[in-house]
Amino acid sequence: MLFETIRLALRSVRRNALRSFLTLLGIVIGVAAVIAMITIGTGTTEKVKQDITKLGSNLLTVQALRPMRGGDTNFTPRPLEASDLRGLVDGMENVNAIAPTAQRTVRVVFGPDNLSAQVTGTDNEFFTARNWAILRGREFSESELRSGASACIIGQTVRNQFFGSGDPVDSLIRVGRMSCRVIGVLEAKGTSGFGQDQDAVVMMPLTTFQRRIAGNRNIGQIYIAVQEGASTSDAVLAAQNILRDTRRLTPGQEDNFDVRDMTQIADAMTSTTTVMTGMLGALAGVSLLVGGIGIMNIMLVSVTERTREIGIRLAIGAHEKHILIQFLVEATVLSLLGGLIGIVLGLSLAGLASYTLSIPFVPSLTVIGTAVGFSALIGMVFGFFPALRGARLDPIDALRHE
Amino acid sequence: MNGSAPPLLTFRDIWKTYGDGETRVNALAGVNLAIDQGEFVAIMGPSGSGKSTSMNIIGCLDTPTKGVYSFMGVDAGALDRSRRAVLRNRYIGFVFQGYNLLPRTTAAENVELPLVYRGVNSRDRRDLAMNALAQVGLQGREHHTPAELSGGQQQRVAIARAIVTRPTLLVADEPTGNLDTARSHEIMSLLTELNGQQGLTIVMVTHEADIAAYAQRTIHFLDGNIASDTAAAMEAS
Ligand SMILES: Nc1ncnc2c1ncn2[C@@H]1O[C@H](COP(=O)(O)OP(=O)(O)OP(=O)(O)O)[C@@H](O)[C@H]1O
Ligand SMILES: [Mg+2]
Repeated sequence: MLFETIRLALRSVRRNALRSFLTLLGIVIGVAAVIAMITIGTGTTEKVKQDITKLGSNLLTVQALRPMRGGDTNFTPRPLEASDLRGLVDGMENVNAIAPTAQRTVRVVFGPDNLSAQVTGTDNEFFTARNWAILRGREFSESELRSGASACIIGQTVRNQFFGSGDPVDSLIRVGRMSCRVIGVLEAKGTSGFGQDQDAVVMMPLTTFQRRIAGNRNIGQIYIAVQEGASTSDAVLAAQNILRDTRRLTPGQEDNFDVRDMTQIADAMTSTTTVMTGMLGALAGVSLLVGGIGIMNIMLVSVTERTREIGIRLAIGAHEKHILIQFLVEATVLSLLGGLIGIVLGLSLAGLASYTLSIPFVPSLTVIGTAVGFSALIGMVFGFFPALRGARLDPIDALRHE
Repeated sequence: MNGSAPPLLTFRDIWKTYGDGETRVNALAGVNLAIDQGEFVAIMGPSGSGKSTSMNIIGCLDTPTKGVYSFMGVDAGALDRSRRAVLRNRYIGFVFQGYNLLPRTTAAENVELPLVYRGVNSRDRRDLAMNALAQVGLQGREHHTPAELSGGQQQRVAIARAIVTRPTLLVADEPTGNLDTARSHEIMSLLTELNGQQGLTIVMVTHEADIAAYAQRTIHFLDGNIASDTAAAMEAS
């Protein structure tokens, strides 16, 4: 009987194929949006996690905090300085490397070519902390670091753009207004989870950067690589205590710096995507509501159009519940069909997006199942009123209907 | 007829009133009537005299405003919608002037429909429908839709649908109203055959005397009441 009813419903949907399809658009778009957004969102989160794991979960970052809006009197902004670095290097235990960095995006020129690169001033500790290997050439020498020599290590993108497969070592490139000798080439790192090219970089000694690029003695970030097996949370506490000391904070003053481990950063990134997914989910919800109203409308039309049919069915012995179920099943089949088309469309969109953004494609069975259930539910909820209207018809009136 | 058995259906002082106040119409005004099992009754009368209203009550599609309609000994007027649906499905077949077949649905599927609501499985349904269609002379047309059939053929499908459940009573409101004379007589022969061979009780409305002549009994309606009844006349004589 139910099978019969489903067959009947499919036939009726097929008979009005165009009308059915237009009715379904709301559901299709709603479901497709939800599926695509959640799948892409999950993929992005996955990618961020992968990237951060690649960075190493034992990496801490130290940053100066900017003054917040409202201006807390207990808070005195102060950039990171050499004294802070020295304090950490002297005071931290169980660490593999402590690397200061300062960064700026600068135009880099070689002959007729130029590109915009992330220029970082740092020291050799950086390569240990970030696990970056030098593919060709060498690290900075002690004297280069101390004197602030114009020596550069370049990333693969810079190398490819300027030198192709040729040897860049000992060539001179322009970084901003300074001229810099290439002493090494970094291994390729690829694109980060946020679509940033990690190979469009130029590294130079921190002193050189401060003097020739930034024009100040500030440090942007300090990376601390904690030894394998040592507790990162202990390391965070230790770094905080040292920095409060080097930055001369009295007990009543708030931290004007921030020490984080990578899992915290991962969580922060992930929560951004979650908020975005939630917002788009709400939008999709509105679309589904519109889709449901569309279904209600078309079912009311269908019941009116088929009043005579209802009359015939009632006359030859159909019960109210038979008519109710018939139209309810029809509405459900209709909206389920929309859901299925939406799922296929959503997954295709997500697949395309993961391909172009090179993030992993992680379709979730739970989400797909929920979408199927939800679209069926929409059909039932919005189909109920029209179906009830059909079922309650008086057989004589219905038979007389033209 | 067989005077000992109780009648199949009886009207006791049946009233049917439509509308209120100014527009109040008594479609039926105190009708008394009894029809026995196996009878073939023709109902005649001018337009608006209450024929269709009576047929709807006889067929358990409608209930009287006042009075008692009993069908197979049951007070059908007091039953709720779904109980009346069961009565219609089990014991009553309908034939309408306008055929009332489902469009874009094959003859066989149309005939199967009452069996679907009775919960008969699809193989038995198919067999019963084929038999009914053969009985009305429509072999070879089982898979035609109404649009592919003539008026006479459509009415045959409707009769097949009405008798496929082996009902006790066939209710036919102007079954030949849309057909030409030759086709009308074919349909009437078919109904006479069903009445004669299977003892199917038939109540039929018609405007034509030569169609009414197929029945054994003719009831004339006038202004919501019975003006004459050949059965009563026979008893009286
Ligand atoms: N649903 C209704 N609402 C109001 N009045 C109705 C309704 N149905 C029937 N009537 C009235 O009841 C009276 C009897 O109608 P009925 O349909 O029984 O006539 P009939 O004898 O079948 O006529 P016809 O030969 O034209 O079919 C008519 O006056 C009609 O206007
Ligand atoms: Mg009539």
